[in-house]
Amino acid sequence: MTLLLACSIAILFAIGGYLLMRRSIVRVVFGLVLLSHGANLLIFTSANLVPLRPPIARAGAPAPEPPFADPLPSALILTAIVIGFGVLSFTLVLVRRAARELRVDDVEELCSERPR
Amino acid sequence: MRSVIFKAGARAVAPLLVLVSALLVVRGHNEPGGGFVGGLLCASAFALVALAEGVGAARRLLRIEPLRLVGIGLLVALGSAIPAAIAGFAPFTGLWVSLQLWDKASPVKLGTPLVFDLGVYLTVVGIALAMIFTLEESDDDAPAGL
Amino acid sequence: MTAMLPILVPLLAAALALALPGDRAPRLVLLATALFLPLVALLVMVRVHESGAIVVHVGGWAAPFGIAIVADRFASIMVMLAAIVGAATVLFSSGEAPDPRTDRARSTLILALLAAAAGAFLAGDLFNLYVWFELLLVSSFGLAVLEGRGNQLAGGIVYVVLSLLSSTLFLVGAGLCYGAVGTLNLADLGVRLAELGNPRLATVLASPLLIAFAIKAAVVPFVAWLPAAYPPLSSAIGALFAGLLTKVGVYAIIRTSTIAFVQEPEVIGFAILTAAGATMALGVLAAVSQAEIRRILSFHIASQIGYMLMGTGLALVIVATTPSESVRAELATIALGGAILYILHHIIVKTNLFLVAGLIERRRGTTELKALGGLAQSDPAIAAIFLISALSLAGLPVFSGFWAKLVLVRAGLDAGAWIVTGIALATGLLTLLSMMKIWVEAFWREPVAAAPPPREPGPGWRPMLAASGALAAIALAIGLGARPAWWLARGAAEDMLARDAAAARVLEGGPETPTGERREPRAPDPEEPRR
Repeated sequence: MTLLLACSIAILFAIGGYLLMRRSIVRVVFGLVLLSHGANLLIFTSANLVPLRPPIARAGAPAPEPPFADPLPSALILTAIVIGFGVLSFTLVLVRRAARELRVDDVEELCSERPR
Repeated sequence: MRSVIFKAGARAVAPLLVLVSALLVVRGHNEPGGGFVGGLLCASAFALVALAEGVGAARRLLRIEPLRLVGIGLLVALGSAIPAAIAGFAPFTGLWVSLQLWDKASPVKLGTPLVFDLGVYLTVVGIALAMIFTLEESDDDAPAGL
Repeated sequence: MTAMLPILVPLLAAALALALPGDRAPRLVLLATALFLPLVALLVMVRVHESGAIVVHVGGWAAPFGIAIVADRFASIMVMLAAIVGAATVLFSSGEAPDPRTDRARSTLILALLAAAAGAFLAGDLFNLYVWFELLLVSSFGLAVLEGRGNQLAGGIVYVVLSLLSSTLFLVGAGLCYGAVGTLNLADLGVRLAELGNPRLATVLASPLLIAFAIKAAVVPFVAWLPAAYPPLSSAIGALFAGLLTKVGVYAIIRTSTIAFVQEPEVIGFAILTAAGATMALGVLAAVSQAEIRRILSFHIASQIGYMLMGTGLALVIVATTPSESVRAELATIALGGAILYILHHIIVKTNLFLVAGLIERRRGTTELKALGGLAQSDPAIAAIFLISALSLAGLPVFSGFWAKLVLVRAGLDAGAWIVTGIALATGLLTLLSMMKIWVEAFWREPVAAAPPPREPGPGWRPMLAASGALAAIALAIGLGARPAWWLARGAAEDMLARDAAAARVLEGGPETPTGERREPRAPDPEEPRR
């Protein structure tokens, strides 16, 4: 399970890193999306992944014996996803507006035309 | 997206979604649910109306500016820190009261985490709808700010 | 509770700015809150100095598992600086004509930015720090593109993309730390990593985090976003960003490298020193070649960041290499205290220089050096304010920057770090050169023939001048009363370097709960109804 996740994270990071180096701004943003997914999966992998051992105890019962799955990373990921969702939607609106007003979708052009 | 079936369906489903979202908030402390999920569901009800009948209709149905809803939600959520602070505990410490309403055996427990969840609910509804409405409307002119 | 006020007050005000009806309400809420915040920060500062660091366990959950808000002396100084910058820039912007379309969003975002900055300074664990960083970024994104001019959008995109990359690295670093030792609390991280007994692993874990912070702090080679994003901003927002944003990154570097990742100070210290030297040199060289005031100032931010990192790196290197324990503590405290004193002086002075650029723009309609001249005659007040700030930045004796640089150079000589000390001295000279360039071309020489005539300052001039003048007075006070400022910085450095005591304060002594018993981690919580 961990190996599988590690491979998916590696693939996500590889594609994300590749897209990040492209000149098209939209691809750069896609690269960021993939990178953030990779980061979230990485946190998930750090959660001590043991199947069928939820960290839940009935009232009055003692705490379950380790190893059990750690719930905290899921909470962290949820927060990170929510934040990432907000920031990315902002970025998309920004890129869209830049594309309409500046008529560029190219990192080189975007940076070289200043000062406008 | 102006089909009659969709319109009629949206009118019927939207109130149900709002109702279910309220249920999610109330049971969210111990079971799956909570302010965030509930808020998203409630926002999706209004988004459905916006898709079926246009953003104007959805705004009229909501009656309040989404961003103002965000402010009110934040106020409610921050307000849940006050009781604990007054009682001398760390802010946001959960304080509970048990009300014996109709069933003496299982009293209704109400506490500050519920207030916090309500605040989250309102905030999420507000933010999600502000984004959805803005994106729906922005095809002709992008308004400044979010 | 006191320690949370600098976060809660602006957050509450942001909610009010959104919720209250009426077009003028957001502006009034913003102004009132921003002017009130320094008092809140003062309260925190006094409390911290009276009784030592304050630790708040939010929600009543004990430290390594719950969210800890930690206000030590360093954090309280930073909160105070953020409050002063907020008050000055908001007062300044109250003199600008309001734009009814964006006013509510703008007020809310500024308040959210102030809350996030305070939160980042007070955060006791990595994830909390991440959340405040993101709030800081989102609100600064919003402010950066609110006016929506072309070059703002272009600079905004560069800023957003690099910031998102930094956030991702931050998340990766946090995830790896949690995977390695199962904690995110900064103090607990230091303890657990020591127990792990693998210093190289600790340094590897630190690297994504430190790179993420370095992007936010605009350290070479991650400096590109800063000169793209800052110059197009309106003056008040530019000053707010210049004073706060990069310094949050520097603060995070100092915080993590002194309390969490302390296993191999010589490696991390050397890396920081190298980055510091490169940042100082390249920043100032780029600044000298610019011809527009805001662009000059933006590049100077980068070069100044180098000084702060230099103090931090020196402290780490000294900790690693000095054999005698008493000498080590003394020298490291001086180096770190120098960095903190530098931050203290820099935030005030740099904010004010951006405000001065705003004042000049208001009077002449431009900040291009080639179109300016004669400001010393037409506006002696602006000239005086600029001269105080510029000489402080360059570090001439008696002005605030001099003392900060003196301490840093002394620490550099003590540590035998000749190269970085040499770069620091040369950078100081070039900074003076570039400040004098602004002085001569904008203030001293005759106005150029084609220059636009001076404009009437118009309504709102007084609060703008007052905000800038107040900051100049503070800078002057830091310079003339260097002893109290050094006492503050040195105390903060002592707190940071007494790591075990700092960690113990956070981790021991859990919060009181309504049932009266301490909440032990992982034990079922008696208050929660279960079925």
